[in-house]
Amino acid sequence: MIVKAIISVVAFLVLGPFVGGLLAGLDRKLSAKMQRRVGPPVLQPFYDVGKLFQKEKQTPTRFQDFYVLLFVVFIIASGVLFFMGGDLLLVIFTLTIGAAFLIIAAYSSNSPYAELGAERELLAMMAYEPMVLITVIGFYMYGGSFKVSEIMAADNMAFLPMIGIFFGWVFILTLKFRKSPFDLSMSHHAHQELVRGATTEFVGRTMGWVEISHWYENVFLLGFVFLFFANGTAWGWIIGIVVAILAYFFEVFIDNCFARMKWQFAFKSAWVVAVVLGMINLFVLYICF
Amino acid sequence: MGTILFLILFPMIVAFILLVVKSDKGRDVIVIAGSIIIAAMSIVVAIQFAAGGGDYFSFNGEVVGYIMMAVEAGLCIYICITSAMHRKWLAFIFAIIQTPLIMWFEFSRGHGIEVESNLYVDRLSIIMILIIGIIGTLIAVYALGYMKDFQHHEDEKGNKDRRPWFFFVMFLFLGAMVGLVTSNNMIWMYFFWEITSLSSFWLIGYTKTEEATNNAFRALIMNLLGGLGFAVGIVILGIVFQTVEMSTMLLIGSVYGDLVAIPAAFFAFAGITKAAQMPFNSWLLGAMVAPTPTSALLHSSTMVKAGVFMIIKLAPVLGMSNFAGIMTMMVGGITFLFASCAAISQINAKRVLAYSTIANLGLIVACGGVGTAGAVWAGIMLIIFHAITKSLLFLCVGTAEHHIGSRMIEDMDGLFNRMPRLAMCMIIGIAGMFLAPFGMLISKWGCMVSFVDSGNILLIGCICFGSAVTAFYWLKWMGKLTAVVAGEESIEYDVHRTETFVHITLVVLVVLVCLLFPLMSSYLLVPYLEITFGGLAGGIMSSGNMLIMVIMVAVIVLLALFGFGKSKKPTVPIYLAGANTGDNRTYYGSMQKEVQFALRNWHMEKYFGEHKMNLIGDVLCVAMLVIGLGYMIATLVSLMGGVA
Amino acid sequence: MSAAYVTKSPWVVHYDGSSCNGCDIEVLACLTPMYDVERFGIINCGNPKHADVFLVTGSVNEQNKGIVKQIYEQMPEPKVVVAVGICACSGGIFKDCYNVMGGVDQVIPVDAYVPGCAARPEAIIDAVVKGLGVLQAKRDAMVKAVEAPAEEAAEAAAEEVATEEKKAVAVPPIFTMAEIKVNTMDFLKK
Repeated sequence: MIVKAIISVVAFLVLGPFVGGLLAGLDRKLSAKMQRRVGPPVLQPFYDVGKLFQKEKQTPTRFQDFYVLLFVVFIIASGVLFFMGGDLLLVIFTLTIGAAFLIIAAYSSNSPYAELGAERELLAMMAYEPMVLITVIGFYMYGGSFKVSEIMAADNMAFLPMIGIFFGWVFILTLKFRKSPFDLSMSHHAHQELVRGATTEFVGRTMGWVEISHWYENVFLLGFVFLFFANGTAWGWIIGIVVAILAYFFEVFIDNCFARMKWQFAFKSAWVVAVVLGMINLFVLYICF
Repeated sequence: MGTILFLILFPMIVAFILLVVKSDKGRDVIVIAGSIIIAAMSIVVAIQFAAGGGDYFSFNGEVVGYIMMAVEAGLCIYICITSAMHRKWLAFIFAIIQTPLIMWFEFSRGHGIEVESNLYVDRLSIIMILIIGIIGTLIAVYALGYMKDFQHHEDEKGNKDRRPWFFFVMFLFLGAMVGLVTSNNMIWMYFFWEITSLSSFWLIGYTKTEEATNNAFRALIMNLLGGLGFAVGIVILGIVFQTVEMSTMLLIGSVYGDLVAIPAAFFAFAGITKAAQMPFNSWLLGAMVAPTPTSALLHSSTMVKAGVFMIIKLAPVLGMSNFAGIMTMMVGGITFLFASCAAISQINAKRVLAYSTIANLGLIVACGGVGTAGAVWAGIMLIIFHAITKSLLFLCVGTAEHHIGSRMIEDMDGLFNRMPRLAMCMIIGIAGMFLAPFGMLISKWGCMVSFVDSGNILLIGCICFGSAVTAFYWLKWMGKLTAVVAGEESIEYDVHRTETFVHITLVVLVVLVCLLFPLMSSYLLVPYLEITFGGLAGGIMSSGNMLIMVIMVAVIVLLALFGFGKSKKPTVPIYLAGANTGDNRTYYGSMQKEVQFALRNWHMEKYFGEHKMNLIGDVLCVAMLVIGLGYMIATLVSLMGGVA
Repeated sequence: MSAAYVTKSPWVVHYDGSSCNGCDIEVLACLTPMYDVERFGIINCGNPKHADVFLVTGSVNEQNKGIVKQIYEQMPEPKVVVAVGICACSGGIFKDCYNVMGGVDQVIPVDAYVPGCAARPEAIIDAVVKGLGVLQAKRDAMVKAVEAPAEEAAEAAAEEVATEEKKAVAVPPIFTMAEIKVNTMDFLKK
């Protein structure tokens, strides 16, 4: 058990950024294809980060690095806790601190663009947080445990009984991945009204670390999708991984089909989804299980 | 028993001494010495009883009972006269009903009821005593410096120095609180309960402005209404169950849960008013007019904590199985959600803190309502963390207000540069209020698990959405504090030493409690829960998770010590579309005019307007209270009818 | 020396000095599926703090010289500047206007010039790709400066600046200034 946990943690730490970066590269390639472009090489995200690490070191304030460091540490820590089969509540709380420190890092520069990005990121956080909590509670109500390792070993797939929560989770993934229509706070597309939003004041390797943490984060968010299908068998693994990848490319598809919406829509729709899909699904779980 | 009596009476003695001492020096000495003795004594009590798990004391009640009754009668007359003078007839009516009710009960029925033990100590009261004895006295010490500045402003307005009165009430309050958390006899508890209501009335009305007086009366009226509920509860308890003891009531409750729920509902109602739950939250918001130490005292260690203490005590007889429990948990849950939402729209730092207090108390009340061992664990943890962090935040805001001349969050621009030490204290306090690994989140975790276990879906919804909102309003404030604004000078040189001392002590306490909470859990909380609920306490965070939390706190603290602000990278100006004039605060506007920019937070008035949130919360909570209490009264009437 | 990532991901910040928008449209045209500069990893990021390549269109005048300068200064090293269009190269037909200072090189060092009115997307892409050589040279200079022993640091730094400038010059712009002037004169004569 412990050996298994250690292996998956090491695998996450080592492979996480590669998988995350590769997914980001495929995302860009696929987006380009959808727009009838050739697009960058699949390894482009790695080149980008490599370049960021080769740039001159700069910072707007000497306190920013500390917050970014905590962001990186806690995002990775949340993934580690997830892959070692830890408590789901602990995982999302850790993820929340990570996200909080990114926001604080953006605030700390006192730059108007970064601050507005931080505020929008904060709004996005308020929008997706209920659904995240509902998802975790759903797993608990269905499987009777918050522990990832126990959910993984469950006999039945959580997908069908938690179908509403599943779609709710996929919905907020758009917010979490910062994809259109909800790429309010920062965007990897051509520059926008906020310049680079929350990341405006991150220079060089600081930005590089932020990118790497996003890769880690993306991998482990997709791990949540996987969790809906885990039933301890090989089929569960295969379906889970396939659906996780499909979910990711579904987000890419959505990203390319929509323009950015206003924050009002992002906020309202996320809460409506949380209430309609999440709460009702919880109620059904309560009655049936 | 001697130590307990000492802790009740000694603060009162100090209070009376402070009433006659007029000089600043003398007051300083007495307050500091008194505080040290009280804090030391509360630690002694903790050590004395923690191992054994507490004790019950019979303590001859006859004489004390008469003294209390005499005092109560006096207070009743005082309230009647004051409220008549200010034409606050509601206060008059509530006072004139409840005190005679209690007296009638004592004279007609009370003598027939055998009271085995009037006082007691258990691990929960030890925790409360530590909070009152340490946090409460720290606030008193802080008040020394603060009230000097405050009086300085008052002198300018030509108001006379009423500080002896202020400190008198403060220490009286502390004594009454200790009495409240150690009374087993409900009539005694009621006595202390009324004293705390009255003390807060005096503290809120301290400045004697019209607003202060009105708000003080609002607090008094609402708490008297709660007191009325308390009195009715005592009468029902005495008449139906032939007892006035908390312990006996809980004992009966383990067998006849449904019946005991009737008085329990009224006691819970009293707790709800005192804990400023919706629809009674307006008194706590009104209390903001008072000097900041008052707010800190009311919000952290006294007053509202008496309300939640009551509900946590009642927890074993509440729960999903009866209407008293459902009423309590729903009022708590709804208050948590809507008070958190209302906090978003606030720009006044003290009001944000007030709404956050109301919301957190809502969580505690909901925990008490759920009434399982896990929920009570979370509730008590919340009480501890909330007391420390909230007092820290209030005291920080108080100091900030005196130095930057405003209590608005939007005026705290650049506080990180202007008052670095204070800003750091505030940031740590805010982190303690909502961020995992720090305090509150540990308890929120416990809440979430126990709410899910209770199976109340609505309550789960309240906590899911409420938590998201909570993170929003704290983070935007924290962001404001962390922003490094160039070109601001430090103005921190003339902060009173007592104030700085209290800030630092509280910060140390916040960090210590975060690091040591697994010990508190296993040595104080779990044994308490095992005695109260019988058997092994379930639903509590596993030790592995606690350890991870502690490691996280340690990591943050260590990283902060070694890395905070130590970046060696060259500092460059921020991006202002290429038009930064070089000072990071102004840009070249049209015609090369230098324009200063200002950054403001989101308040989302349209979505989370205070009025709207309060209205919805009030309606829902009133409905819950009417259903809960109405059901209880109906049961009681049918029961009486059945007996007759 | 170190992996050549700088040349593989040139992020661009584009500033419109006082262009007539002709060149700006051509810059944007580079992003379209027709030219698809993202093939080379080029992203129009709009933030000098993330950018490696500074594209300037239009001439520099008294109003915007400070902005051009500041954007340039806020880009972390290594960085290159590409002057897009004849106005950015020399001031173009506005050269003699009372408020026009001339080309971008009046304010900041320019690494590649793209003439034309408006500049063709192919030429813009070509210039950016040429600029990558300069980026690599600057990066190598940075690494050398860091690796140089401490006692020689001061001299080395001075030297590096010199070589850096030399290298910047050593990479031939697409057109030399002389050619541009000829082109401009031709253009004016027409």
